[in-house]
Amino acid sequence: MRVIALTKRILQQLIRDKRTLGLLIFAPILVLTMLHLVFNGDDYVPKVGLVEIPETMVDQIDKADAEVTLYTNENDAQQAVRSGEVDGYIILDDATTPAVFLEGSDPSVNSTTLRWFESAFGSLQQGESAGQLEMDYLYGSRDMGSFDYFGPVLLGFFVFFFVFIIAGVSFIRERTTGTLERLLSTPLRKWEIVMGYVFGFGIFTVIQSTIIAWYAIYVLDMMMVGAFVYVLLITLSLALTALTLGILISSFANNELQMIQFIPIVVIPQIFFSGLFNLETISDWLSWVGPFTPLYYAADALRDVMVRGHGWSEIYVNLIVLFGFSLLFMLLNGLALRKYRKI
Amino acid sequence: MHNRKSCISIQHVYKKFGKHEVLKDINLEIEEGEIFGLLGPSGAGKSTLVKELAGLDVPTSGENYIFDEKMPTLKLMQRIGYMAQADALYEELSANENLHFFASLYGLKGKKKKERIKKVMQLVDLSDHLNKLVSNYSGGMKRRLSLAIALLHEPEMLILDEPTVGIDPVLRKSIWDAFYDLNKKGTTIIVTTHVMDEAEKCDRLGLMRDGTLIAVGTPEALRKETNSESIEQAFLVYGGATS
Repeated sequence: MRVIALTKRILQQLIRDKRTLGLLIFAPILVLTMLHLVFNGDDYVPKVGLVEIPETMVDQIDKADAEVTLYTNENDAQQAVRSGEVDGYIILDDATTPAVFLEGSDPSVNSTTLRWFESAFGSLQQGESAGQLEMDYLYGSRDMGSFDYFGPVLLGFFVFFFVFIIAGVSFIRERTTGTLERLLSTPLRKWEIVMGYVFGFGIFTVIQSTIIAWYAIYVLDMMMVGAFVYVLLITLSLALTALTLGILISSFANNELQMIQFIPIVVIPQIFFSGLFNLETISDWLSWVGPFTPLYYAADALRDVMVRGHGWSEIYVNLIVLFGFSLLFMLLNGLALRKYRKI
Repeated sequence: MHNRKSCISIQHVYKKFGKHEVLKDINLEIEEGEIFGLLGPSGAGKSTLVKELAGLDVPTSGENYIFDEKMPTLKLMQRIGYMAQADALYEELSANENLHFFASLYGLKGKKKKERIKKVMQLVDLSDHLNKLVSNYSGGMKRRLSLAIALLHEPEMLILDEPTVGIDPVLRKSIWDAFYDLNKKGTTIIVTTHVMDEAEKCDRLGLMRDGTLIAVGTPEALRKETNSESIEQAFLVYGGATS
């Protein structure tokens, strides 16, 4: 009964606080939309210069996918690179092997320009004989973009981040306004406080994760081959971990600002180990951190479902670990509350 | 008054925070149905002592007994109403929602809950503002609502930590009228204060300084014993200052 009263109160407070409500639901949607536009935008069209290339050759080059400018001497071309008119040029003076000169300050522009040179001149040298490789995919497809790969991790991250902050801050407020002391002066048990918070925010996170996941998958068209139910199950378990961790961390903070200070320590590092970057390339003396971060398991499970279409048998271990984290944090919360009341 | 049953018994209570000794060998009996005032400057240990009585803290050594049972237990907390220095209200919620929430924590339900809410709001004279958001309340209204919440479950004992601090004289009087009302019905009231004239309103007083209880008695007896005209003077005499 007392747990229900607490749950009800938390929901009432959340509904009254329209701004926070908006932050929890629309901020992830906004950021996901922006990322979608950033990653799935148009491909970059390189601006290239051709210097002293015989006209017969120029005619043969496939000039699609690039803005081609012709130069008759290298000085002009170099000037053009300097002023930013072209990203690089290729020169074929007396030797048979062409030389490439690049502006060079943006790695992604470099590689796109290089790739164009390679394909344009490569096909010239080999003729049409190379033939097309036939490719099949175990998971994913040729249309899979970076957003589809990052997406599941980001989905998990935003749920984690916002629930962590909101739960932590509301618990700090409970302490600084003295309401926690008042709660503890009633016959309310400590585990009832923790459970009240878990249910209150739990109900809210079900709604939040449903909206965000639905938006990412059906509006932004994030790759999704598995079942939606599993995505919800994973985000919910992750939210539970974020909630219990947020409350726990809040007992080490004296005010809202100090709670924010925990973001770079507790939240941001998790991104590095969540699979957004290839884990095998992370330095050995850091990579062991991964298995200690909840997002690591959630991201793995989300990718299994969304990209690989796996089901229960592949994700249940991850879910158990996430619940294990939550349980551990809940127990620690009970201990942390002993600071305020011994029984 | 001294033939009454004792309901609080504080026995050799010490409290240390690190090396700092906040309470030193406190011994005190508080009787059922009295208004007992703990008087002393801030930092004297009043709040720490009442927190222990409310079950929110435990002594480093020594024991607190309430209704012959050793504190803290959850069962005893059901019989005590505690009001801290902070108002401790949920500002986003209305007064009614605050009351409903705390009433549920004390296990009140349905009709009984509604009745009690109506009653305590009448007592603190806030019946017309039941559905207002607490954020729209004035400071004095918040204080009274906070008191109302402490009264919801009809506690046999009311522990109030500086209940009238920062409140104008008119309001202070109305709050004290509420205390007298409750006291008449048999509620034991323990109140801390550092305002001397408020001390006169208590049945008995405990004077505290630097974590020790320097004197206990009725305001009259304390004045007589020290040949002083006011509690303030009496306090100075007990405190060792020469007058």
